Amino acid sequence: MHQQKKVEKIDMNGYTLHLIPTKKFKTVHFVAKFKTALQRENITTRALIPYILMQGSKNYPTRPALEKKLDDLYGAVLTSDSSKKGNNHIISIRFNVANEKFTKNNSIFEEAITLFNEMLFYPRTEEKQFSNEIVKRELVTLKQKIESIIDDKLSYANMRLIEEMCSQETYQLPVHGYVEDLEKITAKSAYEYYQKIIKEDDLDIYVVGDIDSEEIEELFATKIHRKSVKRSLNKIEKNVQQEKEEVNEVIEKQDIQQAKLHIGYRTNCTYKDDLYPALQVFNGLFGAFPSSKLFINVREKNSLAYYAASRIESHKGLLFVFSGIAPKDYKAARDIIEHQLKAMQQGDFTEEELEKTKNLIINQLLETLDNPQGIIEMLYQQTVAGTLLPPSQLIERIKNVDKNDCIQIANQIKEDTVYLLTDKGGHLDG
Amino acid sequence: MDKTYYEHIDETIYSEKLPNGLQVFLLPKQEMSKTFGIFCTNYGSIDHTFTPIGETEQITVPDGVAHFLEHKLFEKKDRDVFTDFSNQGASANAFTSFTKTAYLFSATNNIEKNVKTLLDFVQDPYFSDESVEKEKGIIAQEIKMYDDQPDWRSFMGTLQTMFKNHPITIDIAGTVDSIHTITKDHLYTCYHTFYHPENMILFIAGNFEPNQMSQLIRDNQTSKTFEPLNELRTQYPKEPEHAYMDEKTIHMPVSIPKCTVGIKESVKPLEKEEFLKKDLLQQMILDHYFSKGGKLYQILYEENLIDNSFFYQTTLEKNFGYSLIGGNTNKPDEFIQRMKELLMSVKDEQLTEADVDRMKKRKIGQMLRSMNSLEYIANNYIHYAIADIDFFQVIPEIESLTREDIQHFIKNWIDEKRLSVCKIMPQ
Repeated sequence: MHQQKKVEKIDMNGYTLHLIPTKKFKTVHFVAKFKTALQRENITTRALIPYILMQGSKNYPTRPALEKKLDDLYGAVLTSDSSKKGNNHIISIRFNVANEKFTKNNSIFEEAITLFNEMLFYPRTEEKQFSNEIVKRELVTLKQKIESIIDDKLSYANMRLIEEMCSQETYQLPVHGYVEDLEKITAKSAYEYYQKIIKEDDLDIYVVGDIDSEEIEELFATKIHRKSVKRSLNKIEKNVQQEKEEVNEVIEKQDIQQAKLHIGYRTNCTYKDDLYPALQVFNGLFGAFPSSKLFINVREKNSLAYYAASRIESHKGLLFVFSGIAPKDYKAARDIIEHQLKAMQQGDFTEEELEKTKNLIINQLLETLDNPQGIIEMLYQQTVAGTLLPPSQLIERIKNVDKNDCIQIANQIKEDTVYLLTDKGGHLDG
Repeated sequence: MDKTYYEHIDETIYSEKLPNGLQVFLLPKQEMSKTFGIFCTNYGSIDHTFTPIGETEQITVPDGVAHFLEHKLFEKKDRDVFTDFSNQGASANAFTSFTKTAYLFSATNNIEKNVKTLLDFVQDPYFSDESVEKEKGIIAQEIKMYDDQPDWRSFMGTLQTMFKNHPITIDIAGTVDSIHTITKDHLYTCYHTFYHPENMILFIAGNFEPNQMSQLIRDNQTSKTFEPLNELRTQYPKEPEHAYMDEKTIHMPVSIPKCTVGIKESVKPLEKEEFLKKDLLQQMILDHYFSKGGKLYQILYEENLIDNSFFYQTTLEKNFGYSLIGGNTNKPDEFIQRMKELLMSVKDEQLTEADVDRMKKRKIGQMLRSMNSLEYIANNYIHYAIADIDFFQVIPEIESLTREDIQHFIKNWIDEKRLSVCKIMPQ
């Protein structure tokens, strides 16, 4: 991270502004993140709002009008999405603009921040609500989005695993919401909820690029004000976990060729915990890399899968294993995967492997910091966790993880749910 | 080493063609943490009929060999090269496309060691009967994984409607049957023919010192010997300009139909200037009409014929080119008919200077954005270098396009006989 200038975190009028000056990029990224507690009653409306906001603003009321403005700003790109981290729901509005330095327009930043303000706080409205027409249309968009998840078997299997594993917990809520809610949402109800978001959600804005921090802070101070903030002390559900007595096995059949074997575990460890760096290292040894136990044993030694990998969820405390296998190999693949966790728990890895894995993770973190969205997501982890652990410190702490830490965290990890999406044949005993 | 500074983007490229034929490009960027290296051969899945090095008879190899070879190059007699990279703190990967096979790594330390590993493992093949057999199971899984993906089936399906004889209609990975006929001799034959330094490019971008790096590469290459390569003779079948068929339907388990309209853009090699102009205009025109809020996008959107899955993409390669426009739709036949009408209407459009200015600005912004990524720069630099075009000179080329250029392009862009359609329908 050498030559990285100082990262600043500034308390603004109703939001926190994070400025990250760096010469790495030729464009400037602006990202706004609205965060609140994950809740059943508003999940679908929250999934819809980002779609509506992209359809137009007060001064650029249609998508073509907006697009013209974006083209004038050298093809600026505006996107939005919703996501969940632990028991939080987050709406992100992302705006990526060419750096004025490389263009013939030297008021790009000012125009961009003015437009960004409008996209966040001044949407297109008709009689104090969203446009009926737009809401109707975007409800269809969202419906198709929800219904087509099943066509991407990997995402579908992930979603189903979480639903089964966390069936008694808020975290099971799918980020795109529910089809059954759609008919109840109107232009009025969506607008009312949007008002609540802009008044009550926690808002963090990130700016990454080759910027002059003072100039950008000044522009934000004059252009972006958040009106009447009434923090609702968003109550985030405490991390309730339903421990199961024995491993839950769920098998679902569809007309497919390759089976998906996904397994969910409880890590009992989140971003703010002391053992979190050890969990990262554990995951590196276990399944994050081609050198990890899962890839070596499931794919390389036994040719059972094209992919076999693991990933951690840092705010709820989950670990997921993903593999794509031939349907007949279910039992064999599951045995091998389960055996790898036992091996980790027994400390079946060398000091040399440990050191190599730490280097790979550090390499990966540093590479993430070469990507503008990567920088923002890494910094945002701290906001979500409500803790101070900047990337540089996380890297230092990863360097200090030892074998005992990894064994300790491995023994904290409990297998919870095995989810298999398989073909309609009948090879389950195979 | 030649050093070129590009003021308009503040970048410097070092380049050199080594005595053994290898083309080297270095892009030092000290502000980055990482270094990305890619070693690429101008050889992909379409190069399946050719005269092997040192021989006179033309042969055709089984479908999927280029991709199979890519997998097997990582495996050596005593070890797996992925492990070597891991041990050196790097992550490695590879890909095979229709026209290229590339090996790559990224790392934040041990850069010189990793560059050597990259060069050495690609230039030292080891294939055995046993390891070739073992790989068949893994690749069969990969093929089946793709077979379950509606987007991939739709992509290949559309190409198959457009092209009649050209090998891009063949899946890059081959089929489960074709890969079972692959032997280690096929791999060696393709390797020696296409992995000759004359046919390869090395691009290193990121945090390193260019003079030291260039010395290291030169020393490494001087220590190796290669058979002389006279001329690469690859045979491609003659391809008609019109689409092969109008429409194709694939039934598979999807929740909503998926439709793609294909435009057969090109079937023969183009001259350098013509290539770049066509390449840029294909992209700029599609963006202008089909990006969110674009004129034709908006019509389709308002008529409820498309949703968020709507996409378009365009490719121009040495002897083929195509554009694809599609997405999920509940009304596939209406979508197809409307799409064709709209495409046909483009030739009568009169563009204003303001339209042209916006199109150019948008494209320049896209180029700048893509240059945030070392991987993107390296991949594109190589892609254009193969066509003898300097990627870092593309922005001035965009600036020099005139309204007449664009007007002329849209006048001739669409011909109904070059359009075709692929539908993915629920079972």
